[in-house]
Amino acid sequence: MEPTDVKNPEYFHKVVDCQYACPAHTPVPEYIRLIAAQRYTEAYMINWESNVFPGVLGRTCDRPCEPACRRGRVEKEPVAICRLKRVAADNKDSIADLLPEIPRQKNGKRIACIGAGPASLTVARDLMPLGYDIDIYDNQMAGGGMMRSQIPSFRLPIQVLDEEVNYILDMGVTTFFDTEVTSMRSILDKGYDAVFVGTGAPRGKGLDLPGLEEAGDAVHIGIDWLSSVAFEHTHKIGKRVLVLGGGNTAMDCCRTSKRLGGEDVRVVVRSPFADMKASPWEKEDAMHEGIPIYDNHTPKEFVLEDGELKGMLFEKVEAKYDENGKRSLVPTGEDLVFMEADDVLMAIGQENAFPWIERDVDIDFDKWDMPVVDATSFQSTNEKVFFGGDAAFGPENVITAVAHGHQAAISIDLYCRGESVQNRPAPFTNLVSQKMGIHEWSYDNAVESDERYVVPLAPLAKALGDRKVEVELGFDQGMGFKEAERCLNCDVQTVFQEDRCIECDACVDICPTDCISFVGNAGEEELRTRLSAPAGNLAQDLYVSESLPTTRVMVKDENVCLHCGLCAERCPTTAWDMQKFFYGVTKAGQTA
Amino acid sequence: MSYQVPKFRHPDLPVNELGYTRADYEGAISTLCAGCGHDSISGSIVRACHELSLEPHKIAKLSGIGCSSKAPTYFLGKSHGFNSVHGRMPSVVTGAAMANRELMYLGVSGDGDTASIGMGQFTHAIRRNLNMVYIVMNNGCYGLTKGQDSATADEGSASKKGDPNPFGAIDLPGLALQLGATFVARSFSGDKDQLVPLIKAAMTHRGFALIDVVSPCVTFNNNAASTKSYEFVREHAAATGTVDFVPMREEITTSYEPGHSQEVTLHDGSVLHLHKLSDDLDPFDRSSAMLALERYRSAGQILTGLIYMNKDSHDLHEVLETSRRPLNTLVEEDLCPGNKVLQNINASLR
Ligand SMILES: Cc1cc2nc3c(=O)[nH]c(=O)nc-3n(C[C@H](O)[C@H](O)[C@H](O)COP(=O)(O)OP(=O)(O)OC[C@H]3O[C@@H](n4cnc5c(N)ncnc54)[C@H](O)[C@@H]3O)c2cc1C
Ligand SMILES: Cc1ncc(C[n+]2csc(CCOP(=O)(O)OP(=O)(O)O)c2C)c(N)n1
Ligand code: SF4
Ligand code: SF4
Ligand code: SF4
Ligand SMILES: [Mg+2]
Repeated sequence: MEPTDVKNPEYFHKVVDCQYACPAHTPVPEYIRLIAAQRYTEAYMINWESNVFPGVLGRTCDRPCEPACRRGRVEKEPVAICRLKRVAADNKDSIADLLPEIPRQKNGKRIACIGAGPASLTVARDLMPLGYDIDIYDNQMAGGGMMRSQIPSFRLPIQVLDEEVNYILDMGVTTFFDTEVTSMRSILDKGYDAVFVGTGAPRGKGLDLPGLEEAGDAVHIGIDWLSSVAFEHTHKIGKRVLVLGGGNTAMDCCRTSKRLGGEDVRVVVRSPFADMKASPWEKEDAMHEGIPIYDNHTPKEFVLEDGELKGMLFEKVEAKYDENGKRSLVPTGEDLVFMEADDVLMAIGQENAFPWIERDVDIDFDKWDMPVVDATSFQSTNEKVFFGGDAAFGPENVITAVAHGHQAAISIDLYCRGESVQNRPAPFTNLVSQKMGIHEWSYDNAVESDERYVVPLAPLAKALGDRKVEVELGFDQGMGFKEAERCLNCDVQTVFQEDRCIECDACVDICPTDCISFVGNAGEEELRTRLSAPAGNLAQDLYVSESLPTTRVMVKDENVCLHCGLCAERCPTTAWDMQKFFYGVTKAGQTA
Repeated sequence: MSYQVPKFRHPDLPVNELGYTRADYEGAISTLCAGCGHDSISGSIVRACHELSLEPHKIAKLSGIGCSSKAPTYFLGKSHGFNSVHGRMPSVVTGAAMANRELMYLGVSGDGDTASIGMGQFTHAIRRNLNMVYIVMNNGCYGLTKGQDSATADEGSASKKGDPNPFGAIDLPGLALQLGATFVARSFSGDKDQLVPLIKAAMTHRGFALIDVVSPCVTFNNNAASTKSYEFVREHAAATGTVDFVPMREEITTSYEPGHSQEVTLHDGSVLHLHKLSDDLDPFDRSSAMLALERYRSAGQILTGLIYMNKDSHDLHEVLETSRRPLNTLVEEDLCPGNKVLQNINASLR
């Protein structure tokens, strides 16, 4: 293999598994160390810079970082990254003085953001400090988008959301709430310099089954029902509730039903339990609240008696997989199953809808009726109009909406300054040795063996009694410290300097996880078979040195390195050093 | 400073026949200097024992005094250990082996511990063909006492703070051959590919097996003027050939070029494959081995690999017909066979 180019910022970035997996590339290990040092405010600000809603995300994030966490490859469970973020949010001091200054002298450019969800709010957060004038339009009575209308209060208290939404609105954003935008042309006609569309994927899908019409208002679209609960239009539900669907919306619907009077609440899903779209922890939370999940049941029809909903019929199915792994659900041939119901919530997905965008305003739509949007710049075919969040490529999650918002803000700023939106700024990187003494490091290199700590919960009866009682109590400071200590500091990189190496093997011998080998060079596939331990995780890179005096090369499999620094401690010539790598995604207005 | 190695190990480490991974053969974290050759030898011992599927509780590791003699703490943490006085490891092994022949005895020593203060003990253990593996971690100096020249330092070699050595070196493999050792090898701490199979062969050999391992002292004797530095040894080592150790239960899969390879079946059925690089040494012929040692030495080269092996070795237990069972398992009936037996013995003496 060719020697690894560690000057390429993406090489070490990829080693920081969590940060790499985070759509907004939040510097996770950096803030975890700050939490361990009880520097909560700084930990919060690192998050706020990257993901804008640390308090919200510390409770609700889809956490793509956790399945990526290296710790999950050396023991059972990853670091509780998400819930540590909440520790920073819960324990921080006032951040009023740390927020960016908003110039009084504006730059003369006016931007419209349609929708006030996380994507639009991120655009506003990034552009306000640069002197832009921003108008936000939303058909709800307050900002936050689906964070407000969909995510239930027992997962996300309204005060936490308000606080973080207001940091942005208080920068001087002009808000037009309770305002449905019905025409893109009318917005464009207002002479904005750019328009950002962050309207999400607001239309819930339904199932057109026999009996639907007759069942009338006993059948609800899940997301519409959740928002009518959130906005206090709906306060109760029948005793027997069937929730159709296996995603996170279904989990929120069933848990909310339990708090609004539902006694026999069931989730019924077509797919097998393991294939359900909901995150494992969402399923666990629902089951913990006494909600059974019936998998492999396909809904067939609504059963009515005297024009009143009595229940539903389901067909039992079995998942069969063909040689390409493609699944089909085949009926088992058993009798249809009847389940009683007073109310049915359909939580089977959402889709985009842009009835308000005229098709003659230079915004092209594809064959699925989705706008044509550039995946890097988020620009549409109308160079003034940008899309982001769920509106751009379909429903995702809050952190993805935030990541889109940052990138769209960069594009809008470039566009307004007359520069090419393809001219993306490089990330900011920094690599600093952690050496303090012969065997001393400025990070805590000892690796703790503790298993993942479980977040304490409010007593079940209390939680089910009131939909506004937050279920999770969060880690206290002590638990937060313990959990933070589980982090392996993957951003503290092992940096190898071949001209110093005397090939004594000390690093090979000490490495607890057999990462390092000195072997004859070969192509990657062959090289992977020559190493001291199996190197089968192809998603993880090999760090290969230049040729050494014995003609061998040093090969380090990054896969299960614990970043313990022992290689560097045992190296007699400091050919290894532990260096902290900081990778910051450059934001609008910054140049790297 | 780390005083502990993290608990986590590579999740896909291979397991041996006993279900153990390499990690089960590790010891405490080393306190030797960073980069010391001795640590690499420890690593090779761990690998050899794991690959041989030895039961850790059936191994006894014994040593004298020195950095090298400290090393047993850093491997085989679940085995028996005895850290004796300077140069006295062989007599402790002799006693232990006589009392219990069921353990595998691994002696670890240094060039000071062996070639100076322990010389008398070393020679007699060889002469008696004590069934043990004797590893000398040879750095040409007294590392623990700050690097004074040892008796294996080459003439003219100078340590970091020292003058060129005015005396000739004791060559331990040569001496061992002279004394009738039945297994003699030399290797280099920095060459695990060679060292691991040699250790495995030595552990399977019945009788005294010496491995002289050149093992640089990074702190006191790894300088340019030293002949025991990493660089010097790499440049001057010449291997007799490569050794492959195939345990009894495994199928032989490698094919060897005819004429250049020899097979030896060891007493437990394992097979040693010698793949020779040159024709000027027959490792089953003692005089050929002695000549080769001398030839390489005078050419300024360090001969490594398997130098000599006696295929018909009879170890001390066989010679003395010692008890097959450990002495501590013998009960009164075994030790005191009764009046009738005594009468018979007395009668035979009349
Ligand atoms: C039940 C449910 C639970 C969820 N839970 C989580 C979770 O725990 N974690 C997570 O990360 N994600 C979760 N999500 C997904 C997440 O809420 C969205 O991915 C995210 O909010 C998308 O952000 P956005 O900025 O693109 O748009 P949205 O948050 O959807 O905001 C768009 C806003 O635009 C408004 N709008 C739309 N059209 C118009 C118009 N024509 N005029 C004016 N205003 C308009 C909408 O009313 C809305 O306020 C959940 C989604 C649902 C449905
Ligand atoms: C009876 C006795 N004499 C002298 C010493 C001092 N001493 C300790 S270690 C050592 C030499 C060790 O050299 P070596 O065996 O080569 O080990 P190394 O440290 O080089 O690995 C000496 C002379 C001692 N401990 N005991
Ligand atoms: S930091 Fe070095 S010693 Fe520790 S696991 Fe990584 S490569 Fe191995
Ligand atoms: S410990 Fe240092 S000098 Fe020794 S092999 Fe490793 S990198 Fe090279
Ligand atoms: S002094 Fe020399 S022999 Fe002793 S531990 Fe240090 S390097 Fe090894
Ligand atoms: Mg020595």
